[in-house]
Amino acid sequence: MLPSATEAMRKLAEPAGDRMIINMGPSHPAMHGTVKMVLTLDGETVEDVDIHVGYLHRGFEKMSEQGTWQQVLPYTDRLNYVSPLINNVGYVGAIEALWGVEITPRCKYVRMIASELSRLTDHLTSIAAGALELGGFTPFLFGLEAREVLYTLVEELSGARLTTSYTRIGGLAADLPPDYEAHLRAALVKVDTLMVKVDKLLTKNRIFYDRMIATGVLSPEDAISSGCTGIMLRSAGVDWDLRKHEPYLAYDEVDFDVIVGATGDNYDRYLCRMEEIHQSVRIIDQCFKQMPDGPVNVADWRVSMPPKDKVYNSIEGMIAHFKLVTDGHQVPAGEAYYAVEGGNGELGFYILSAGVGRPWKVHVRAPCFYAMGILKKLICGHMLADIVPTFDTLNMIGGEVDR
Amino acid sequence: MVITGNLYLDLVLMTLLKFAGFVLVFVMGVATVLTWLERKYSAVIQDRIGPNRANIGRFRLGGLFHMLADPIKMLTKEDFTPDTPNPWMFRLAPLLAFVPALVVFAVIPFGPGDNFQISNSELGILFIFAIASLNVYGSVMGAWASNNKWSLMGGLRISAQMISYEVAIGLALCGIFMIYGSVDLQEIVRNQGELLWGFVPAWGIFLQPVAFVLYLTCAIAENKRAPFDVAEAESELAAGYWTEYSSMAFALFALAEFIEIVLIGCVGATLFLGGWQIPGVTGTSPGIVVAQIAAFLAKTIFLIWLQMTIRWTLPRFRYDQVMRLGWRILLPASLVNLVVTGVVLALIDRSR
Repeated sequence: MLPSATEAMRKLAEPAGDRMIINMGPSHPAMHGTVKMVLTLDGETVEDVDIHVGYLHRGFEKMSEQGTWQQVLPYTDRLNYVSPLINNVGYVGAIEALWGVEITPRCKYVRMIASELSRLTDHLTSIAAGALELGGFTPFLFGLEAREVLYTLVEELSGARLTTSYTRIGGLAADLPPDYEAHLRAALVKVDTLMVKVDKLLTKNRIFYDRMIATGVLSPEDAISSGCTGIMLRSAGVDWDLRKHEPYLAYDEVDFDVIVGATGDNYDRYLCRMEEIHQSVRIIDQCFKQMPDGPVNVADWRVSMPPKDKVYNSIEGMIAHFKLVTDGHQVPAGEAYYAVEGGNGELGFYILSAGVGRPWKVHVRAPCFYAMGILKKLICGHMLADIVPTFDTLNMIGGEVDR
Repeated sequence: MVITGNLYLDLVLMTLLKFAGFVLVFVMGVATVLTWLERKYSAVIQDRIGPNRANIGRFRLGGLFHMLADPIKMLTKEDFTPDTPNPWMFRLAPLLAFVPALVVFAVIPFGPGDNFQISNSELGILFIFAIASLNVYGSVMGAWASNNKWSLMGGLRISAQMISYEVAIGLALCGIFMIYGSVDLQEIVRNQGELLWGFVPAWGIFLQPVAFVLYLTCAIAENKRAPFDVAEAESELAAGYWTEYSSMAFALFALAEFIEIVLIGCVGATLFLGGWQIPGVTGTSPGIVVAQIAAFLAKTIFLIWLQMTIRWTLPRFRYDQVMRLGWRILLPASLVNLVVTGVVLALIDRSR
């Protein structure tokens, strides 16, 4: 048995004295059904907490070793299921980094648009769910409506709202659909009007402010030492964004600001998310302006699938297709780590290839897993009710943490 | 007074009639409609359609039948009793929450004269305070008897919260008693019929605006609805004090909450919005009486609407913030309001 679990068992068996030991989750409204917290309460103050993750463990990394490189892609949709497109981009990016494949310029921009679209849905979900968990059902539905608008755009892009599987090794499943720019711009206007409503309902609302301010304070030292990235790190005042500091795709060609907080509390994280929404819209806008024409898939048929008319009408095309589907991509032996800026932080894929057409090992560096490590420090000493906003602004996504 | 047989019968019949007319038809009716209206109104606020599926044959009436479907569902659900050492307490609790909420309507004057008040008690508002504060026992007993830690925490929160706000609400309303010189509700309403400077009705809301805000805040807090719903905060305490309740026992708690919404509306209309008074209208002809009753009901419904709008706009306080608001802001504010009212009344008295 894991040491933390044994310790929790022992603690439960001991008489608690004037402390109350209470089990929060996994079947608790605030715990997403995927996390359990064993709380030791002094009145309403949390004295000690034992956090158990793993209720959504599906063996993603082991499953990945069973299929071809391409067959792993649909699994990545289920990692951070709020922003699946970023996972798709990250996973194929790792393979391309290992293989040394240079994707086409248009593909880079389309992947960036897809990533930012997903970042928007991720931030909207976090903000909206945060409002819900603080009892504000109205801002929650406004936020989710904005997310629905964007999900429709994701659906237009990839054919699915959640299980996107949009990217392919060396390219994409499909180029942007016709009139996509106009649709997306119209959707972003709609999102903006909804977010103005959310902003009016929450940002300067005294109750919301009091709930969020000075709770779940994360110091920059703790953030760095625990491996927090993304909003968690930036809200603590550390200027670090992979898109800016280790640019991938074409992020060095677009202009955007890295939003950095000051105090690292829940309110800062909320504000950072609100502002990053605007930055993502900025990036999408520039992507459309700068995006070149041309193919989205690389021409090499060992990397990307041959076009369908070649498959049906030429012997080379058919053989290339057949080999890719049955044997899998012949990624050379070696290892690679490739990280993208996910909705919650650095989403890294470490892949190990033995050159056999399927992954030898896939490991995901899930950003919120590291945030879960520091969660105990953020909630101990605060009140029971503060767990709710802290846990929310951390934006724990069970699929990603437990894999 | 000697009560002869006939008079006795009259009293009983009249009381029953008034009870049926006011409490059963209006209060229970509005409370039942509220179960549907709250979902529908929140849907309007949130750009949703809201419940619209319940139907009888081809008739849907915008989902109005949900208020019939809900009780049917509640009555046929399993009535679960947790493993508790106090099962009778567990059963008693919903009744203790439900009955006081209904009893207080006895002293609400819903029209001019004794005929439109179930019991013309001189205690008036004191009776309301005494009985209404009983329903905290229902919640606390339910929480305790549930034998569930989350319920217990909800119960602890609720007892502290309701007692704190009881103090503030009592002091806030003292200004009203001082101005109208009575705690008898019918008397207070009669005194609100005058006009100040010839055009402003002498309603509580104009003479005691601060008290009105304090009253509404405290009343919502006592009814433990958002933003003061810390006792049943679903994201913190599962469902708080009613976590273990199911079936009709749960429905009684829920219905008590809706009845209290009506109660807050009725008391607010009586004390602050001139009760059944229509400014500038006097007389005892049946037409006017009916109009006055309608005015009272309309004012009540306005206050209900106000409560629902607040409910669906604001997020929830934290428990300690609720207590701080109650003791550090609302209580001093009601004391200051009381002192200012007293000084002004004394000055007016002297200048006469």
